[in-house]
Amino acid sequence: MDGNLNALTTIFTEFYYWVTVVFMFLIHVGFCMYEVGVSRRKNHMHTLMKNVMIIPLVTITFFFFGWWIYWAFPAFPVIGGIDFAAGKANLPWSDTMATNTSDRITGVFWAAFLLFSWTAASIVSGSVIERIRSSALWIHAILIGSVWWIIDAAWGWSATGWMVQKLGYHDAYASGVIHAIAGGYALGILLVLGPRIGKFAPDGTPRDIPPHNPWMVTIGLFMIYTGFWGFYAACNIPLISPEGIGGEITGTVWTATNIYLAPTTLGAITFNFLMSLSGGLMATYIISKGDPFWTFSGGLAGIIGASAGNDLYHPIQALLVGAIVPVIAYKLHYYVERRFKIDDAVGAVAVHGYSGFLGVVIAGFILWGAPSSPYEGFATINPLGQFIGAVIMFFGLGFIPAYVVAKIQMARGTLRIPLEIELQGLDFTDNLIYEEAVAEITAAHHEQLNAGT
Amino acid sequence: MSTIGYESWAVDLADVGAIYPFQGWEIPMVIAGVAFWLWWHVAQSRLEKEHMANSAKSADPKKVAEALDRY
Repeated sequence: MDGNLNALTTIFTEFYYWVTVVFMFLIHVGFCMYEVGVSRRKNHMHTLMKNVMIIPLVTITFFFFGWWIYWAFPAFPVIGGIDFAAGKANLPWSDTMATNTSDRITGVFWAAFLLFSWTAASIVSGSVIERIRSSALWIHAILIGSVWWIIDAAWGWSATGWMVQKLGYHDAYASGVIHAIAGGYALGILLVLGPRIGKFAPDGTPRDIPPHNPWMVTIGLFMIYTGFWGFYAACNIPLISPEGIGGEITGTVWTATNIYLAPTTLGAITFNFLMSLSGGLMATYIISKGDPFWTFSGGLAGIIGASAGNDLYHPIQALLVGAIVPVIAYKLHYYVERRFKIDDAVGAVAVHGYSGFLGVVIAGFILWGAPSSPYEGFATINPLGQFIGAVIMFFGLGFIPAYVVAKIQMARGTLRIPLEIELQGLDFTDNLIYEEAVAEITAAHHEQLNAGT
Repeated sequence: MSTIGYESWAVDLADVGAIYPFQGWEIPMVIAGVAFWLWWHVAQSRLEKEHMANSAKSADPKKVAEALDRY
């Protein structure tokens, strides 16, 4: 860091990302509360542990190879090979992947991406509760968290990704690169995994399996909203000069940028986050007839639907996109549930998958012709490029890999828990041990009390 | 053609202001937003009315009595 301005900018950027990471931790806390709130009492502990253990498993694999993929894969395999030179500084044995006073940014930038990885895995985790084996889910968590989503980030969510260069792909706050892929991935598993026992009546009519604790679900979702603020900030570069960008921007005015290094402001995304949340809440309240579960989820779907373009949208555009997308996602959820007998316990495929897909496509129309990048020669934003991008995210990197791996797990008998365990509940043995321990310690206290009197 | 008024970022940011799509359409956009807001109140009050009517119709006196004790 030579010079005070450079030092200030570096330390500010380091602190900025650090704060976003702390905020984003709330997303995971929210997902845990949400999942436990939705699950039945007989499955609480396993549901919780299934999601909590995503944290260490995705963290270490993201350190070992996920982060390297982001830097090495932007051109591969469409417009170039694996970029070993760019990847070198991000290998787990590189000296910049450790305490290093000449590189203060890699650690916090790595962590910001890592928290996105947890989110992608956690989205999948919620949809498959109460019947998937934890061992199977944790393999999927590593695959989506440290492989598939980070490949899509390299392709469509980096300054030099081939999708940005050739398709004009624009997805500033990850409608596609986190939500569509995670929703598609969840759908791929669900199709193989099958519904929970009793979800469908003999004639195929779906039954509601209500959450055991709506308040926990509510607080969980509100925590996810809060963490989403941090996520939005983490998607920006907070302060950079035109020379730092090195593109076509002239002059000396420093700016905040999106991940593609194109100008935006924190003010813009603050407007748009709140307006799209409001649109989602209002529209889903009406379409779901005031159902709290769907209304709160619809708020999230509203943000997700507008996220692809929320760096540039006018707040009223964010409001209206945020209102339209969740309504379509809600309708699709029930259509797919009935038609394909899909039991998505938390509506993740709709809230994240369909909303993310639609958000990417809609951005192609509203932002048609806008530059996708500050660099010369990149395609501009357009509907076809966005549609192709959304298909790559949802199906190519989400649905298909999940379906294939889930099929292998199912064939090996390692995907779904046995029928009797599902009926008695995953926590049955733990609960027995708990009750025996309570009975034993209570008896001991009574004994002591009697002996003393 | 670009909906945000810029086809590339070959600009000096000192000369750039608004970069949202469809500049010049702010008033129609506000009208659309206000229409959505007002529609919401109409739709919500209809839903509420329907909900109240259904609740009143399906109320079983025994269950109502039990609900009083639940607090």
